[in-house]
Amino acid sequence: MPALPLDEAGKYVAGAYVVFLALILVYVAIIGAKIARIDRELTELASEDDE
Amino acid sequence: MYSKGLAPLAAAAVVTLTAALALVFFYAPLDADQGFVQKIFYVHVPMAIVSLCGFVAGGVFAIRHLRSGDASWDLRSYVAIHLAIIFGVGVLATGSIWARASWGHWWVWDEPVLVSFLVVFLLYCVYYPLRFSIEDPERQARYSSVFAIAAGAFVPLNFVAVRMAQAYTHPRVLSQTGGDLPGEMRLTFLVALLGMALLFATLWKLELTAKHAAMQLKRLKRRLAEREAVAA
Repeated sequence: MPALPLDEAGKYVAGAYVVFLALILVYVAIIGAKIARIDRELTELASEDDE
Repeated sequence: MYSKGLAPLAAAAVVTLTAALALVFFYAPLDADQGFVQKIFYVHVPMAIVSLCGFVAGGVFAIRHLRSGDASWDLRSYVAIHLAIIFGVGVLATGSIWARASWGHWWVWDEPVLVSFLVVFLLYCVYYPLRFSIEDPERQARYSSVFAIAAGAFVPLNFVAVRMAQAYTHPRVLSQTGGDLPGEMRLTFLVALLGMALLFATLWKLELTAKHAAMQLKRLKRRLAEREAVAA
């Protein structure tokens, strides 16, 4: 196949980079949510211990 | 324990990936044959290499686990394989996008590199049901390690087999002679590869830190519950 013109190729290139970025962002968000939950539970434990 | 050096590693990953992006779009020349679509390779190929290395690293950590009996090596192995699978999803997705732009099809079944990567990816998808179908933590870690070693050995074998196959049509980015990449493209590719490796290492450490903290919290809760039971 001949090389695609820039305007048509651009959407594929953008798509590939967006997929990569989205994958990393979703992963970091999931890990971030886990860390936030651990932090919340630790705070609860500490306040229970204070009581 | 695992969080040591995480912040500088993350900073290095961000700087290198930003530099790689700048090189991809403002420095590397357009490919004479494929044109602008070739820019996909700077994310697709490094991600594939890092993903395959992650699978092999999972096997190496598993060997250390079986030799030492230290559960922390099993955790390292599990997280490496888990991340390599996530990167593998990215490899398949970006590869499909490139295939659609270059070949006019989202997937080509008679292309050895594509299909062999899918085989490796599907092989590792079996790791999750295997691991989580075993309740006893010690047996779970041991069986998972055996799988990680066997599958980890399959990855380089598979890679070599595909390279030896004669009927390939997939473009080769790296070869013994360094591929056909001109200097600017090679530099861009190497920076992208370094950035991807740093990203993998950062996310690996991040997940290890989160998992370790979750385990410590569980242990703390159990101890508090025991103390309360004794006091009552």
